[in-house]
Amino acid sequence: MITLRKDLDLIANLVEDNSKVIDIGCGNGELLNFLSKNKNSKIQGLEINQKKVNKCVSKGLSVIQGDADKDLGLYPEKSFDYVILSQTIQATLEPEKILTELTRIGKRVIVSIPNFGFWKVRLDLLVKGKMPITSKLNSTWFKTENIHLCTISDFTDLCDQLNLKIKQTVTIASNKQKSFSGKPNKSANIFAEEAIFLIQN
Amino acid sequence: MNEEHKKNDCLFYNDPESLLLESGQIINGHDIAYKTYGTLNSKKDNAILICHALSGDQYVASPHPITKKEGWWERMVGKDKPIDTSRFFVICINVLGGCMGSTGPASINPETNKVFAVNFPIITIADMVKAQVRLIDNLEIEKLISVIGGSMGGMQALEWAASYPERLKSAIPIATSSRHTAQNIAFHELGRQAIMADVNWNSGNYKDKNTNPSKGLSIARMTAHVTYLSEASLTKKFGRKLQDKTDLGFGFDADFQIESYLRHQGHTFVDRFDANSYLYITRAMDYFDLEKTHKKSLTEIYANTNLKFLIVSFTGDWLYPTSENLMIVRALSAGGVDVSFVEIDSDKGHDAFLLDEPEFDVCLDGFLKSL
Repeated sequence: MITLRKDLDLIANLVEDNSKVIDIGCGNGELLNFLSKNKNSKIQGLEINQKKVNKCVSKGLSVIQGDADKDLGLYPEKSFDYVILSQTIQATLEPEKILTELTRIGKRVIVSIPNFGFWKVRLDLLVKGKMPITSKLNSTWFKTENIHLCTISDFTDLCDQLNLKIKQTVTIASNKQKSFSGKPNKSANIFAEEAIFLIQN
Repeated sequence: MNEEHKKNDCLFYNDPESLLLESGQIINGHDIAYKTYGTLNSKKDNAILICHALSGDQYVASPHPITKKEGWWERMVGKDKPIDTSRFFVICINVLGGCMGSTGPASINPETNKVFAVNFPIITIADMVKAQVRLIDNLEIEKLISVIGGSMGGMQALEWAASYPERLKSAIPIATSSRHTAQNIAFHELGRQAIMADVNWNSGNYKDKNTNPSKGLSIARMTAHVTYLSEASLTKKFGRKLQDKTDLGFGFDADFQIESYLRHQGHTFVDRFDANSYLYITRAMDYFDLEKTHKKSLTEIYANTNLKFLIVSFTGDWLYPTSENLMIVRALSAGGVDVSFVEIDSDKGHDAFLLDEPEFDVCLDGFLKSL
């Protein structure tokens, strides 16, 4: 049995067995490997960093080099049961366009985000008056890849605006998870460090 | 059969059936020369076909009968190597039109009892593959684990996957393209013109006259060889270094090491390659255009194909650059096909696929193990 990073484990829990899955920004293929072996998923990965792509392929995972901002247009409509975008949307150029594309190519979409509304983040900014650095947001403002950070409320607002239905939300705070049917409650925006959304249209 | 090849250490399949070519012409019976490595299991489901490139042949992992050099991909094929012969039964076939035992322009035309020469019909990549399928049928192999090839071998792999997807579990086209570009055709035309400009070519009938257009073929090889390397690799290997000299010779001898190297490449090539074969095979590559042959877009050709692809390109390859390989990757993705793509960082040019690139080995190994 492979043990997964907490957030990836929670994402994997949302995926039904024998599904066709694409992981956008799949990194070293940890989640794909797990899904392929434990959920019998038919997997595909897209990763911008060629070195990471090669690492995935050398593990036998079906991964291609590509850019979420440019290459999602390649895939036909509803060609995947699940499209996963884990901890990546905040690093894309056009999150709104990407979210639309994800729902076009996937029957279900799983997006996970670091919550910029988390109380420690708020406190860091309030007290120090500097861009927050936490365990999930651990780069300085000038080195971070995160160019479109948002809070849980921001994200659910965008889903509303795009008419996307959030079926389920899982929030994580100090390694404890909470699951909500639909959107999370208001306090999650303060107390959750990360959130995973299952979107289905 | 080409008599001189009988003694060579390889297998022959005499295909008695006529072969309808893409041009509409027919070859009535032909020979296919091939090599195998490893053992075919009782279920006959452990076979891998390796397709050779323009100047390659069936001696992929064993010494070449003429040059005595080791097989052209011995670093990749063998026991405990990525294409592991203790697991796989590896088949490598000299292409139709080739000159290492398979029927080609140097063979005797049974209808005239004379060498075919330029009366050999024009063949295409699809024709080469068609002849390969017949051999695989004859070996009673229903499904290949993979068809693997670089350069022209990659074109064959693409054609296999387009026309016979049900016969494959996977395809690994390496450093290749779905069609020859103007630049690809241009370099081949230089080579062909060099051969045909050689007085010894004799309109292709040099075998009858016991001559050989070795000058022309040698120049063709020299030109092509430059396209297989990169500026960086040439600079690294030769720079402006002089050959056995301390100063310029002020003449047209091979002053520079690169000149001497190319001349050597040309000389050694003519010993093992037939000039007419070179014309026919380069033509087959120039005619290669999957979309034209299949009258569909690349995406439509492979849409929902139920086999796994691994596409490989090399950063320093300007002959079949990453962009050409990516076109295939994109079409496969759009068609919902299971595809992996790696670009290997290498400054060795197109030939990198034949050379020591450990990252490539690891990727190929991982992919094959996943099948």
